[in-house]
Amino acid sequence: MRIAIASGKGGTGKTTLAVNLALYAAEFEPVLLMDLDVEEPNGSIFVEGEVQSETAIYRNVPQWDQGACTLCGKCTSWCAYNALLKLGDTILVMPNLCHSCFACSELCPVQALPMIQESMGKLLHLQRGKLNFVETKLDIGLEQASPLIAESLRFADKHFQNTGMQILDSPPGTACAMISAVKTADFVVLISEPTPFGLHDLKLAVETIRQLNIPFGVVVNRDGIGNDDIYEYLQQEDIVLLARIPHQRRIAELYSQGRLLYKEVEEIRTALQNILGYAKELR
Amino acid sequence: MKEIVIISGKGGTGKSSICCALAHLWKEDAVIADCDVDAADMHLILHPQSSDSKDFFSGVKAIIDPKVCSSCGLCASVCRFDAIRKHEGKYLVNELDCEGCAYCYHICPTGAISIPEQNVGQYHISQSRLGCTLVHAALNIGAENSGKLVSKVKSEARHQAKLENKEFLLVDGSPGIGCPVIASLSGAHFVVLVTEVSKSGLSDLKRVWELVKKFKIPGACILNKADINPDICKEMKEYLHKEKILNLGEIPYSEDFPAAISMGKTLIEQNESTWRPVFENMGNAIKEKI
Repeated sequence: MRIAIASGKGGTGKTTLAVNLALYAAEFEPVLLMDLDVEEPNGSIFVEGEVQSETAIYRNVPQWDQGACTLCGKCTSWCAYNALLKLGDTILVMPNLCHSCFACSELCPVQALPMIQESMGKLLHLQRGKLNFVETKLDIGLEQASPLIAESLRFADKHFQNTGMQILDSPPGTACAMISAVKTADFVVLISEPTPFGLHDLKLAVETIRQLNIPFGVVVNRDGIGNDDIYEYLQQEDIVLLARIPHQRRIAELYSQGRLLYKEVEEIRTALQNILGYAKELR
Repeated sequence: MKEIVIISGKGGTGKSSICCALAHLWKEDAVIADCDVDAADMHLILHPQSSDSKDFFSGVKAIIDPKVCSSCGLCASVCRFDAIRKHEGKYLVNELDCEGCAYCYHICPTGAISIPEQNVGQYHISQSRLGCTLVHAALNIGAENSGKLVSKVKSEARHQAKLENKEFLLVDGSPGIGCPVIASLSGAHFVVLVTEVSKSGLSDLKRVWELVKKFKIPGACILNKADINPDICKEMKEYLHKEKILNLGEIPYSEDFPAAISMGKTLIEQNESTWRPVFENMGNAIKEKI
C-alpha cells in the first residue's frame, strides 16, 4: 500500500502529517517514508535515525563532441526544449533546459552528442526501528524536480518492494512535480485548511487526483479558522473527510521545534488511526 | 520600473497575505503579478472586476494515429518517460506521462505520430477591486510548463506596468526552488523572502536564498509567526545578518491572517490600526533599498 500525502496549497501540514503517520504506523509494521518535496524537503528535521546511505543522483545530458560534429544543426531542430543552440561553428548545450529525452544523442548521424551523467540531487536513507526514511534534495539552481522524483521512486521500487506500507510526502501545487510524486500511489490523502485559499487550492488538487483516477480522502487541518465552506464542498462532492485536526497554537509551537505530534496531541493520534483504518479497508 | 518578487521557499508562510497587503499600500504605484500559477490565490482577495483573458499554448504532446501505426513499437522503445504503452495490439500515449520531447514523432517510420501544441492554461489581465492591475493565471489540471506560464505572466505584467507608467511590479512567486521560482526571479530587481519561524522555515529559507544568490539579486526578509519559537527566531536573525539580508521586521503569530483571507480582505482592511503601520514601515524600507 502506497499512500501519498499531497495538497494544492503549501504549508497546510503535509510533512507533519506524513512524518507522524509514518512513525505511528512503524510502531506496528515496517514502513517506508519518502520525502519527495525535493525542492524543499523537511522530513529529516523530524525523523532521526541511523544513516544507511547518502548518494548522489544523476541525470543524463548531452555533451558536444566537437571532433565528431559535422555542424549539420539537425539536433537543434529536434530538441523540443531549446537546450541546443548552433552559434557559428559551435553547438552550445544548456543542461538546465534539457529533459534527458536522448533524442539529439541517439538521432545524431555522427554520434557527436554522447550523453554524460550530471548530478541532480542527493538521496539520504535513514533507518529508525521499523521505519526506513528516504529524503531526496534537488541541487540548487536546477529547474526540474520531476526527474529526481522519478529516480527516487525507482530507488524505492528496487530496495523496498517488500515494504507493505509506503508513505510519500509530495511537493505542493498541482503541476508536474506533484503529479510525478502521487501517480504511483494507491491512495492519496489531501490535506488543506478551511480558508478560501485552502479551499480553492484543494479543488484544484481534487481535480488533479480525479484525473489520475486514484482513490483519495481529505484531512482538514487548522479546523476552527476560516469558515465551513470546505465541509460543504466535501459533502457536495461526496468526498471522504478522513480527519479534522484542530487549530491550536500549541501544535504550531511543537511543530516549530521539530517535535513529533502524535505522542503529545490526542486529536492527531486519532486522525492517524482514522487515515490508516480507511486505507487498510482499501488494501 | 522596479520589479519586486516575494517568495518563501516553504509554502504557507503568509507570502500571499503579505503581498496583498503591499498591493493595498502601493495600489497607485504598482502592477501586481500572481506567479504562483498552479495554486494562484491573490484573486480571492483582490477580486478582479473585469478581465481580459487569453489561452496560453506551450509545449506539445504526442498522439498516435492507430490507422497509420504499424505497431513496430519503436516509439515505445525510445520513450524515456514510459509514456507509450501497447494496448490491444496498438500503441497509445499516456498524456500525463508524455513530456513532449517529440523523439517518437521524429523516429516513427510511418508518420503515425503528430505533436499538437498544448493549451496549458489561461492568463488574465484584470482590473482589481483596489484599482490596480492584477495579472494572474491558471495552469490547466495536470499541465506542464508552469515555468513558461510564469514567464508569460511576468512579461504581460511588465508590459502593463510600462503602459500605465507605474513605479513597481509586485510579484507573488510560488513555493520551492524549481522552475516556476526561477522563472519568477528572472529579471527581478529585489527579492522579499517571507519565512515562518520554524525549523522547516529556516531550512527552506537557506535553500531559497542560495538560489537567489546565484541570480545576484539583493534581498530582504520578513519573519512571520516570529513569537512561536524564540530560539529559531534568534538563529534566523543571525543567519540574515551573516548573509547581509535586510531584516524588514518580525510579525507575531496572528489570527488576522486566516481571518482576512476568509473575509476576502487585505490585512490592512482587516485591521487598519495594527497592520497599516507595520506594512508602511516595511514598504518604505523596501523602497529605500531600491
